[in-house]
Amino acid sequence: MAEKLKLEVVTPKGAVVSKEVDIVTAPGYGGEFGVLANHAPFLSTIKTGLLTYKTGAQEETLMVSGGFCEVSNNKLTFLVESAERGADIDVERAMRAKERAEKRLAEAQAQKEKFDRTRAEAALQRALSRLKVAERRKPS
Amino acid sequence: MPSLKDVKTKIGGVKKTAQITKAMNMVAAAKLRGAQQKMEDFRSYAEKFNAAMGNLSSAMDSGAFPLMEKREVKTVEILVVTSDRGLCGSFNAHILKMTDKLIAKLEGEGKKVSLVCVGKKGISYFRKTGKVRQRYADLMGTFQMFNARTIAQDIAGNFLSGESDEVRIVYGKFKSVAVQRPAEQMFLPIQPDAVAATGATSSAAGAYLYEPSTEEIMEVLLPLYMNVMVYHAMLEVSASEHAARMSAMDNATNACKDIIHSLTLIYNKARQAGITAELMDIVGGAEALK
Repeated sequence: MAEKLKLEVVTPKGAVVSKEVDIVTAPGYGGEFGVLANHAPFLSTIKTGLLTYKTGAQEETLMVSGGFCEVSNNKLTFLVESAERGADIDVERAMRAKERAEKRLAEAQAQKEKFDRTRAEAALQRALSRLKVAERRKPS
Repeated sequence: MPSLKDVKTKIGGVKKTAQITKAMNMVAAAKLRGAQQKMEDFRSYAEKFNAAMGNLSSAMDSGAFPLMEKREVKTVEILVVTSDRGLCGSFNAHILKMTDKLIAKLEGEGKKVSLVCVGKKGISYFRKTGKVRQRYADLMGTFQMFNARTIAQDIAGNFLSGESDEVRIVYGKFKSVAVQRPAEQMFLPIQPDAVAATGATSSAAGAYLYEPSTEEIMEVLLPLYMNVMVYHAMLEVSASEHAARMSAMDNATNACKDIIHSLTLIYNKARQAGITAELMDIVGGAEALK
């Protein structure tokens, strides 16, 4: 694996990651997808979830939400609304957010309120991803 | 001739004003740095976003998306972005004047105008016209991307439901610390040419694999593009506001110094005149005793 990919994760608050990596796995529109070096030019939307990248044996995980990614010439650019590393995630807060979102989701479902439901679903998705990232960080 | 005491009180008052304006100047300078940093952080995102948008829109045919659809224009919505606070020179006044002109022009063409105001200054200025449809106050200090999203969604909803046929933005553009200009921009319908022009890369346009289809990606990207535009306008206004306040307060401090200088002159003259008058009295008294 001589060739590497240049990974960039950019949010409105600035670049979060900018480094050479071997492989990237991301939550695409149709499910998870992996990108290696010399991938064909590619553009996909990104859902809330986990973005994992490996350099050698070192693996790192980010929580990303909503955006899209572009692959061309061994450059992989993620434009997402937010990206958080495991270390930055407040587990307790994410837990609370998850409970809150679940409650809201149940309420919205009872009232058949579509708008609230999509919002609650998105919030739940975010909270769950955060928890997952935080979990991976811990040496279990 | 004002009395000595009056002049002295006045000098004290002006000195205090100078202190306040100087403090405001320094606060604005610090906040400006923060706002500029925010703009800097956002720039790479915006550039890459526009590049991708450019690639994409050159690869597909527009007109198929409701947000890009050109309709006969009956109602124009204007998004006016101003600051929440005053004391920043003529910054807000310029934006409001430009909006006024735009409204007059559009109404002259027989179109209806509705306003969406971000920032208190715009809200209070347009309150009595009855044209304000939606207002957002107290955002400028700590706004985030999701604030921009709320606004963009609201405007898009109004556009899609046919309440408005065209949306423009009026905001203060940050040219440099010394220069801020009001600017007007077409917002909706989104024009693919404008998008393509901003993203000048055409590395491998059309050769991309898309997942899902280009159309579905556009469905996601167009609202995002709106968020980016609104957020960008807010960032510009926030930076401009602080820059404008900084120079306004600098001018005020200098003016205070000038006033203090001339008041001190008056004070000293009055004091001297008093002393001279007293001396004359004493000399006169001494002469009379001889």
